[in-house]
Amino acid sequence: MTSTSKGIRAHLASHMRDYGLLFALIAIMAFFQIVTGGTLMRPVNITNLFLQNSYIIIMALGMLVVIVSGHIDLSVGSVMGFVGALAAVLIVNFSLPVPVTIMVCLVVGGLIGGAQGYFVAYWRIPSFIVTLAGMLVFRGLSLWLLEGQSVGPFPKSFQLLSTGFVPELFPDSWGAALAAVFGTRNFNVLSFALGLAAAATVIHMGLKKRARDLEYGIESEPASFFWGRTLIVSAALIFLMFKLSTFRGLPNVVVTMGALTLIYAFVTERTVIGRRVYALGGNEKAAKLSGIQTERLTFLAFVNMGVLAALAGLIFAARLNTATPKSGFSLELDVIAAVFIGGASMSGGSGKIIGAVVGAFIMGVMNNGMSIMGIGIDYQQVIKGLVLLAAVFFDVYNKNKQG
Amino acid sequence: MTTLLEMRDITKEFPGVKALDQVNLKVKEGEIHAICGENGAGKSTLMKVLSGVYPAGSYDGEIHYEGALAEFQGIRNSEDRGIIIIHQELALVPELSIAENIFLGNETARAGVINWHEANQRTSALLKKVGLKESPTTLIDSLGVGKQQLVEIAKALSKDVRLLILDEPTAALQEGDSRKLLDLMLEIKAQGVTSIIISHKLGEVRYVADTVTVIRDGRSVSTLDAKAGLSENQIVRDMVGRDMSDRYPARERRAGKMLLEVEGWNVWHPEHSDRQIIKDIAFNVRAGEVVGIAGLMGSGRTELAMSIFGQSYGRGIKGRVKLHGQEIDVSRVDRAIQAGLAYVTEDRKSLGLILDETIRFNTTLANLQGVSKGGVLNANAETQVAEKYRKALRTRTPSVFQKVGNLSGGNQQKVVLAKSLYTTPEVLILDEPTRGIDVGAKYEIYAIINELSAQGKGVVMISSEMPELLGMSDRIYVMNEGAFVGEMPADHATQERIMSLIVNE
Repeated sequence: MTSTSKGIRAHLASHMRDYGLLFALIAIMAFFQIVTGGTLMRPVNITNLFLQNSYIIIMALGMLVVIVSGHIDLSVGSVMGFVGALAAVLIVNFSLPVPVTIMVCLVVGGLIGGAQGYFVAYWRIPSFIVTLAGMLVFRGLSLWLLEGQSVGPFPKSFQLLSTGFVPELFPDSWGAALAAVFGTRNFNVLSFALGLAAAATVIHMGLKKRARDLEYGIESEPASFFWGRTLIVSAALIFLMFKLSTFRGLPNVVVTMGALTLIYAFVTERTVIGRRVYALGGNEKAAKLSGIQTERLTFLAFVNMGVLAALAGLIFAARLNTATPKSGFSLELDVIAAVFIGGASMSGGSGKIIGAVVGAFIMGVMNNGMSIMGIGIDYQQVIKGLVLLAAVFFDVYNKNKQG
Repeated sequence: MTTLLEMRDITKEFPGVKALDQVNLKVKEGEIHAICGENGAGKSTLMKVLSGVYPAGSYDGEIHYEGALAEFQGIRNSEDRGIIIIHQELALVPELSIAENIFLGNETARAGVINWHEANQRTSALLKKVGLKESPTTLIDSLGVGKQQLVEIAKALSKDVRLLILDEPTAALQEGDSRKLLDLMLEIKAQGVTSIIISHKLGEVRYVADTVTVIRDGRSVSTLDAKAGLSENQIVRDMVGRDMSDRYPARERRAGKMLLEVEGWNVWHPEHSDRQIIKDIAFNVRAGEVVGIAGLMGSGRTELAMSIFGQSYGRGIKGRVKLHGQEIDVSRVDRAIQAGLAYVTEDRKSLGLILDETIRFNTTLANLQGVSKGGVLNANAETQVAEKYRKALRTRTPSVFQKVGNLSGGNQQKVVLAKSLYTTPEVLILDEPTRGIDVGAKYEIYAIINELSAQGKGVVMISSEMPELLGMSDRIYVMNEGAFVGEMPADHATQERIMSLIVNE
């Protein structure tokens, strides 16, 4: 065996999870693209996919932080529903201005997260119990707040939170020209340009990191893998944005989601506070003896989760254009599943933002694809459950093999 | 005497590493056979091959046991043949009683219903054999480490053991408990049980062993007959591959100006607020001085250190800590670090390191401000810091991106030290800095301590190993039951003087 092929095999063995996740997403998308006869990748469906999953992804960002810190939050679905209800009551019943409502809701989300975090961090009550209590409490409070009724509709300005699109910045003539080139009805130049820019950034950052790794003699991935992975990701970005641009352009919520994903990826991987969260989840006692204020950090992780759950609640309500007492029910399970499919460890200390986002997309594509196929909700649940188990099994199996 | 066990040309490879390379081991019926070697030499791997943790076929070579070729497929397999290993990390369930633990997985049951009367009766008999007076229903939780070790042996005896393997049995034990354990080994030997003991402590090896096999870098280097009188230096030479004439590197002793002063230090138990753990302790450390704290385990040494280091232990803490004559705030760990204190824990795995993370991650953890700007980490700076300490402390690792969980004990200890050193402390409190690490690594740790003292830092060294304290310290405080009962310059100190101070209290 040559040394390069041995290197590739060793690399593959230790990074099976990362490639596996990417490969799984691609395979699942390809599968549903075929069995739905091309419906999955229709521009309108891709737009829908983003809209449908935006709140899951936003909550998965916060959930990843909570899970890395060694905890869990079962209350996010209920908190999301409660905040949506609160927004509806404030806007529809009390006629509060939209921006004020949004601010109030985010603060309330933070307070809810803080209240739960307080018991977890300072009283050391297991987060499972505290947030299970929270789940019941806020389910009840949503019902009470809405008096069992659906409340809506919302003013246009609030709906834009979810269903709005980023206005075109480029001259209309450009769009018309490109539409003619690609043979589509309309073409949003901005979103396509952003897709190209994003792809370029992915390649640039990848090359930069690779150069630095080589300089420090860190075992880098083989060139073929690096280019394969980078080109697939870039091509996928361009492809998705192209599809979006032939429909109505870039949904507002994709911008929110994309920006938050980048921010959380940066914070978790490149900042002091992010590093401390991993240390806290990896070994709380050692983190404490290293001068990290573990209680405060745990508390903050829950505050953060609360704010993101509130944001998700606002987006969800804006999308449905109404707040119902049952919204958000059992969504926490989808969020938690997404994070674990994305490779986070139940015991804390490991997991990546990008993994959680891909995990959420895997769940999202499956939901969407199975619905298009007309598979009943009963089978959908079973299949999703099995996929979660398979993903985690794959993880554990790989770890054992590495010994 | 006949040969009970023979391992022939055992070779075990892991991806990228040859852990064992044609190791030979011959254990005679009824003897105590010691296996010595530095950490990472391959002793534990060899025992895992023997017990079937690495099943037959996953290694090269042959195991002959009781005169026949043995191919163990798992630990259950080897246990059925009477080979029982007692691991370094005890495998008892703390919430269960002694009897429940002893018969765990081997219950005295009929159709699934446990006969507690029989279990307790048999446990009593076993406990008597190992010299424990506890009742069989005592919870493991309430026993000290030394007694837990004895319970482990009782458990082994309950299984008709033929070959008992003890992996560093005294690593966590106090001298008195260690002696008891070793005497018990001799007693079991008299009953005809063959034992293998893996140990770093050469004094113990000389005390109990009939034969010594030394393993170095995955090879069996030599087999020595211990009954003919064996010098420790002989073993050490084979272990490290060089002569080790002086076990404590020489240091120019000079105490500078006053650095750390602790006054009127009182600490109460975190849960039982009426129990005073530290009683009115005062001590000081000068620049360049190595101050030893001697005392039995449970005398409150660790509690004293941790309570000073950011009140990491205890409640109701009273007292003052001064550095350079100025009172400093040690009410939180980050403040204590900021003020110039560092504490290197005795329990590196559970309190010192994040085992799943890299050397780099662990090295910078206590001083992330040093490698960040505005809260954003600088990966290059981190790598440089980790590299600097890897070189300075001679940590043996392929790179600083290695997970610390994969390192040997001595190298892990160096990473814990690196983490503390990177906070640029003025006073370091080292709690059992050489526990469970091999002779070569110990020497390197001592050299690092001397270097720190040469830089004018103050070092407080807590240790259960009396020769180490005597060899390294300038001054020794003797601690017993939460209070200091004596202080003496190291050149006036002897093991006897220290022990008599403890006993006379």
